[in-house]
Amino acid sequence: MQKLTPLNIKKNVAEALSDERLKKAVLNATLSSLDSRENIIKEIPYWEELRQKTNNIKAEVINNLDKYLETFERNCEQNGIIIHWAKDDVSARNTILKIASDNNVKKIVKSKSLTTEEIHLNDALIENGIETLETDLGEYIVQLKGQVPSHLIIPALHLSKEDVGELFTEKLGTEYTNVPEELLLVARKNIRKKFLQADMGISGSNFAIAESGSFVVVENEANAHLTITMPKIHVAVIGIEKLIPNMEALPYFLKLLAPSATGQKSSTYVNFIGGPSRNKYGEGPEEVHVVLVDNGRSRVLHDKQLRETLQCIRCGACLNSCPVYQQIGGHAYGWVYMGPIGAALAPQYLGTHEGKYSPYLCTLCSECYNVCPVKINLPEHLLTLRNQIVEDGETEKVEKAAMKTFSFVATRPKLYNMLTVLPAVMQKMMPEGKSLSVPGYGKERPLPPFDKLGFKKRYQEGKGKK
Amino acid sequence: MKVALFIPCITEHLLPETGISMVKVLEHLGVEVEYVENQTCCGQPAFNSGYHDEVIPMAEHFIELFADKEFVIAPSGSCVGMVRVHYARLPLNEKAKSKYKTLQSKIFEFTEFLVDVLKVKNLGGSFAHRVTYHQSCHLGNELGIVSQPRELIRSIDNIDFVEMENASVCCGFGGTFSYKFEDISLSLVAQKSNYIEATGAEYCIGADSSCLMNIEGYLKAHNMKARTMHIADLLAKSLNL
Repeated sequence: MQKLTPLNIKKNVAEALSDERLKKAVLNATLSSLDSRENIIKEIPYWEELRQKTNNIKAEVINNLDKYLETFERNCEQNGIIIHWAKDDVSARNTILKIASDNNVKKIVKSKSLTTEEIHLNDALIENGIETLETDLGEYIVQLKGQVPSHLIIPALHLSKEDVGELFTEKLGTEYTNVPEELLLVARKNIRKKFLQADMGISGSNFAIAESGSFVVVENEANAHLTITMPKIHVAVIGIEKLIPNMEALPYFLKLLAPSATGQKSSTYVNFIGGPSRNKYGEGPEEVHVVLVDNGRSRVLHDKQLRETLQCIRCGACLNSCPVYQQIGGHAYGWVYMGPIGAALAPQYLGTHEGKYSPYLCTLCSECYNVCPVKINLPEHLLTLRNQIVEDGETEKVEKAAMKTFSFVATRPKLYNMLTVLPAVMQKMMPEGKSLSVPGYGKERPLPPFDKLGFKKRYQEGKGKK
Repeated sequence: MKVALFIPCITEHLLPETGISMVKVLEHLGVEVEYVENQTCCGQPAFNSGYHDEVIPMAEHFIELFADKEFVIAPSGSCVGMVRVHYARLPLNEKAKSKYKTLQSKIFEFTEFLVDVLKVKNLGGSFAHRVTYHQSCHLGNELGIVSQPRELIRSIDNIDFVEMENASVCCGFGGTFSYKFEDISLSLVAQKSNYIEATGAEYCIGADSSCLMNIEGYLKAHNMKARTMHIADLLAKSLNL
């Protein structure tokens, strides 16, 4: 598979916009998620209080992350969970490959985890001869198609039921249908048996609870439950920012997560994993490993404001609300995290060179801030990141020169007045009704002509007449 | 009462009538209006593109000019948002910093000033046309000005006000976004134009000339019926000013 990089954003955007079917699928899915969300939160009068509460809780954790991580590690180990630390994607992959080879693992089932996408785990496992199957329906579909998820919560959001029907016919040889229930049965039949055969299950986690040394996986399909409980080894891949302090904090987050993510009142299943099976007849894995992934996160901690982006609970509401995401879908962002949160994380995780376009893929409309359940001020952070990109010299030289000139002129009113009449002077040389050419404003949406006098002159002339 | 006009670049150079309408409406309400000489640009295009160093002297210039005014009024949510919300984040010099604190509470967007400060309920005008309303992002989301323009529109006699679907969705302008990602911007303005046309409105009213300019450009180029109109122009027309 071609390496994903947000440096390809411009090319990706052009491709996405030319795909009418994609555009329709994305728009329908995002708008309907937003609608359901609206309907649910109308019934939660303390929604805003919850947002502030969880923002505070997460801020406390992120500001003292070292302390919470140590507590989590200690308590997990007491519960018999084996903790591994991974500073980057390579070390995370190697850790997991070693657990697999130590246990002679041949088959793996996975439940949805963006963190495993981030570290490119599937390719590494498959290259090492380990059969690896995604068991979340959406993930199963995109894996079959050789793609990556296009949404944090709805991985196959960019595909219509017809697309899925065609895919199943092509890859699985089943008879074509576009009936969702029939497609679901095809997938179920293929996935179910794999749970029984797998030697290892891999999941992510929504919340890692420091005080209890356990972690939580929220889901709707019960595939995560089977992934965690059926194979004899379980590995959870968890970003270090996923911590919450204690069990008491969890309900606040759960209350916000489901409405924000899928417009449900609550998620269907909330799995708590507190260690390996404690008697040999019981349900659950014999070994539980947690791989705590840094991979750029501790770098984000350095900036006291921007570190708020680590408070994200990956609900996807900002994607649904984003007018840009609604038009182009997730793949155009060229990275595992998409939409407003992806645009904010890219330059922080990947550096301002590779992430130099991402924060600009935004109209600054602020809808994402309105819907974020943990109240991350994404527009403000995107503006800060744009500034860092400028400071790091990652914008076009021409733009930089233009902005410098603009600032120079705008702080010298006499010069400004002289120069800003230029468009109006040039306008006088244009045919009546035609405007000057301005980048971005071609024949699809021409600008109005520049006014030959301008407000100031018109105002002062009007005053003279009185 | 005396207000200082803060004239956005688009109003100065492309759509000056809107500024004139704002003056007429304010004067109609008995407000004394002052044009502050030497005003330039608030710096928003540079700020939104990440050029903070370039914005700082522009912000200091703006603050110096306007800080001692009784009120500062602009026909634009996004330009007011730049000053009220974003100047606060800039490392300004000490003098500008202290003056800014007073300015921050005295700068108002036009409809906000009418409804929240002047307590205007009904201007008494009439406009017998169907209109819809585009809620611009910085106005609604950044400044929280949602009801004020709508109240003013509804107060006009004979007006047929129809809300469009997704009235608060971005029109795709986004300042420099509109040329950095021209194709997404066009796709968004096409969507907005369709929502407007679906209402059957003759005019799409708004409180930010930048969005209206973007929308009208698209409407005209695609032979769509509706035209845009700034709320200051609407109020002035309804009062035959």
